[in-house]
Amino acid sequence: MTGWETLLTAAIKVAVAFALLLSLTIVLVWFERKIVADMQNRLGPTRAGPYGMLQTVADGVKLLFKESVTPRRVEFALYIAAPIAALVPALLIFLVIPIGRPFTLGDRVIDLAGTDLNVAVLYVLALSSLAVYAVVLAGWSSGSKYPLLGAVRASAQMISYEAAMGLALVPVILFTGTTSIRAIVDAQAGEFLSFLGIWNIVLVPSFLIFFIAGVAETNRAPFDLVEAESEIVGGYHTEYSGFRFALFFLAEYINIFNISALTTTLFLGGWHGPTFGAPEWLAWVFPIVWFFVKTVALVFVFVWIRASLPRMRYDQLMQFGWKRLIPLTLVWIILSTVAIGFRRFGAPWG
Amino acid sequence: MTLADYLPIALMFVLGVGFASVAMYFSWRIAPKKPTPEKLAPYECGIVPLQEPAQRFPVKFYMVAMLFVIFDVEIIFLFAWAVRFDQFGWAGIAAVGIFVALLIETLVYVWKRGALDWNVARRARYRRVVAPERVQEEAA
Repeated sequence: MTGWETLLTAAIKVAVAFALLLSLTIVLVWFERKIVADMQNRLGPTRAGPYGMLQTVADGVKLLFKESVTPRRVEFALYIAAPIAALVPALLIFLVIPIGRPFTLGDRVIDLAGTDLNVAVLYVLALSSLAVYAVVLAGWSSGSKYPLLGAVRASAQMISYEAAMGLALVPVILFTGTTSIRAIVDAQAGEFLSFLGIWNIVLVPSFLIFFIAGVAETNRAPFDLVEAESEIVGGYHTEYSGFRFALFFLAEYINIFNISALTTTLFLGGWHGPTFGAPEWLAWVFPIVWFFVKTVALVFVFVWIRASLPRMRYDQLMQFGWKRLIPLTLVWIILSTVAIGFRRFGAPWG
Repeated sequence: MTLADYLPIALMFVLGVGFASVAMYFSWRIAPKKPTPEKLAPYECGIVPLQEPAQRFPVKFYMVAMLFVIFDVEIIFLFAWAVRFDQFGWAGIAAVGIFVALLIETLVYVWKRGALDWNVARRARYRRVVAPERVQEEAA
């Protein structure tokens, strides 16, 4: 491949990923509002477009035309940098997630993923750590009481669950022997009827801990103390308005999608699924469909949790993280290591 | 695995920063700007802010940050070992077992020292005022 071809491929992938994430956000916000409305016996958005599907577009356009108030006490450079710092890691994480099987165009094989890094899992953890900066910068630079409280809460919460999240992935890497997400997906390939023996979901505790920590990482209910409106108004984005606020909102929904997509990829077989013996020209559609079916199912779980569980108290949140999840993960690492060791190397005394 | 694998990441970074900046600039240009002293004041639910936001925070947050550093470094070590799991065999498992056991011991230590307890004063008050019978039970 020549340099220009590489550049062109990368540019197309990035443009498609960006467009996909923006349109997905529009759908996901509508999806969430409708589901929560159903669970609370309301109608939800109904006016804009069929079934209110265009409500998010209307809200976005409205925010674009709204005044962006810059309060007196803000540190302007950091205040403006914070929404960017929120959006960029969210966009970058999505790049390593394969959304379908590689397809051939002429004599070239093109991955349906932004890129394939050999350290993809570390890359994801690193970027989700960077997401803390957006919240802290926003809260601190606002020069106001509630954003600062929200930011301090957020920093402690996000790093606590970050630790649990990273530890939960150790058994997955042991099991597949790689940190490349494409290789992890490939390791889960197999016939559909025996899928339980092949998908990484056999590591059930890892799956549950990763998903719970993911909910906490994205600051979603019941872990949304960062923006607990009954205590600290809007949390870190209290002083943001107009499109600056919209960027935080966008980042939050992209993160929800990312966590769901990562859980799908790492534990639920990624894009693998039955193709029902479809002909070759049609068979590439099924992986994409399977990927989105699994991911949207997990997004539904996010919404379901939000509609079902009340917000935790802060001491409960920290105790759940440090006294439940992390010890559980450490014990699980030892157990799974010994189990995988027996499977690979036989008994140490034998 | 070449540097070209990181090209989409660089492009997405530029696109993300560009989109966010341009959108904020565009919105700032077309949106109305009618600042009033009240609007520009830090938001405190309608109350006039009397003091600067707190500059000091409970030391708990700092301790959580330090604990996080310990566990995050552990994750990096474990990842490196997990990728080469097959080469190390049972010797590797034993070594990592000792390493993880030491970390569990760290966690037990900070747990027993109360570093993971939040709301200590409030819980003491709850025991004393709301449920004194529990204090007596615990004393008995």
